[in-house]
Amino acid sequence: MRAAADVELYSEIEQFLYKEAWLLDHGRLDEWLALYTDDATYWIPLEANQADPLTTSSIVYDDRRLLEVRVRQFQHPRAHARIPAPRTVHQVGNVRVIETGGRDVRVGSTLVLVEYRRERQRLWGAIVEHRLRRTAEGLRIAAKRVDLVNSEAELDGIVCIF
Amino acid sequence: MPRWSSVTQTELQYAFVNVQSIKGLVQADRVHRAVYSDPALFELELDRIFGRAWLILGHESQVHRPGDFFTTRLGREPVIVARHTDGSVRILVNRCAHRGARVCEAAAGSTAEFVCAYHGWTYGTDGGLVGLPLRGGYTRPAAESVGGGLTRVPRVDAYRGFLFASLAEHGPTLAEFLGPLRASFDDFVERAPEGEVEVAGGVFKHVYQGNWKLVLENHNDTVHPAFVHASSIWAARQGTTADGAYSEIGVRQMLQNGAPWEVWENTGLWVSGHGHSWMADYHDDSRLVAALEHPAFADYRAALERRLGREGTVRVLGELRWNSIVCPNCSFMSQFRQLRIVHPIAVDRTVVRAYSFRLKGAPERMFRDTLAFSNVVNGTASPVLTDDLEVYERTQQGLAARGSAWVFLGRGHGGDQPDRDGTVRGGTGTSEIHIRNQFAAWLEYMTAES
Repeated sequence: MRAAADVELYSEIEQFLYKEAWLLDHGRLDEWLALYTDDATYWIPLEANQADPLTTSSIVYDDRRLLEVRVRQFQHPRAHARIPAPRTVHQVGNVRVIETGGRDVRVGSTLVLVEYRRERQRLWGAIVEHRLRRTAEGLRIAAKRVDLVNSEAELDGIVCIF
Repeated sequence: MPRWSSVTQTELQYAFVNVQSIKGLVQADRVHRAVYSDPALFELELDRIFGRAWLILGHESQVHRPGDFFTTRLGREPVIVARHTDGSVRILVNRCAHRGARVCEAAAGSTAEFVCAYHGWTYGTDGGLVGLPLRGGYTRPAAESVGGGLTRVPRVDAYRGFLFASLAEHGPTLAEFLGPLRASFDDFVERAPEGEVEVAGGVFKHVYQGNWKLVLENHNDTVHPAFVHASSIWAARQGTTADGAYSEIGVRQMLQNGAPWEVWENTGLWVSGHGHSWMADYHDDSRLVAALEHPAFADYRAALERRLGREGTVRVLGELRWNSIVCPNCSFMSQFRQLRIVHPIAVDRTVVRAYSFRLKGAPERMFRDTLAFSNVVNGTASPVLTDDLEVYERTQQGLAARGSAWVFLGRGHGGDQPDRDGTVRGGTGTSEIHIRNQFAAWLEYMTAES
């Protein structure tokens, strides 16, 4: 049986991940961005088991600055690939705390995402890892890694946020 | 020897596709929408363009040692590119000589032989049949019955390490085919302190639901960035709460897409025979390369000077080429070490593979910049590329409309200027000369009988 403290930690983290998913599913991208620390990275590797974002290409490897550009782009009236914005359901599951020792908590989860845009529905699956940091404003995301199961496939352009 | 592929069936089915009707599709400043939307024309393109031209496959560094291989497509033909034990590069059709199964499933690797999963027919890295079960079941050696083994592509050649092949037995040499565009490959390689480049950092593979020509037309289209990329230009201009060395090169490129019209008008745009084109006098390193004021760039420059001397280095770094298009399946950026290979899948479906290259002998930081640039420009979720893909798809959908037959390519028509080495330069950098030139080559391929 889990200790009471563990139950509390799990509950807090699960609620945080659900909130992140809810913000994305409701198009609240500014609030979503506010969940990230100033030194955050958001990473979707290109290759399975990719070790490094700096020596191999990535589907996305955004620092805070590029993440802000990405979110702002959705707000422009001629963001062609993002208008209409995809409608999504982010289903977060299998939440597991991997490591609590350091400054950040490492959390593993799975993501099933249903995306609809312009007469087409796409289904995504991903293994996700968050590095969550406790700050004065509460939990914040210091790093997020999304390993898409089809990252090495021939893929149509991706405009949804995982 | 039979022709590589035959469109006889298609031609029977679509008897209206003949030389005269094809000639009517291309005029001096416009083309008929059918060239983008007609499935019968697409099949004919595979035969007459992709079946004749030299097609780029990749780079020798992808098959560095004997036994190294990778799989790709030559046009739509699945092939294995392998380094044989004698050191030569062989291009083999990825189809068992026995019953037709694909013999190699891996994207890349190293092997002594390819073994078919179905009945164990085994081939060397030169495609030769080296083993099969139950030999006694054949009245004469099986290899004799199947032409020796895996089908070999008739012509293979390389220029400065870039691998090409042609499905045609005869035709211009690779050097003749590339013509003055060779200088763009020279630029690519000369920028390396050791005079060599290598593929590194993985391969992007993106798809769009549109014709293969759309991507080639777009890369040297200097009017599109202001419109297609308006949102990423705007987003990059807003300023951000953070900065960082990693994202600098990507943000600068998004901003550069918003350059004023005079920059685009003054950009050089050249075309040459066989449909090739290149854009130059556009970027210089001070506009874009984040490392320019970084010690790594000084180290890079010093390393280049050791090979080329001071003047040679100034000359090489002063070559300001942006996209170079090798018609019909390649677009590359020598200055930014990106190469894209176009795979035509169907009349309205295209795959593009994008590769990054490392300059041998350059500081590692240069390669990190290359990848940071590639993620923002060529990444499947790139803020830039996704808008291009969206517009290709909208174009393909629009061209399905029967109400209007013609696609207008008249910008700069009549202003083309003959230039050195048989090239022609657009009167301005915003000319559509490169598209008109591609269609001139298209017409030549499509109407030549052999």
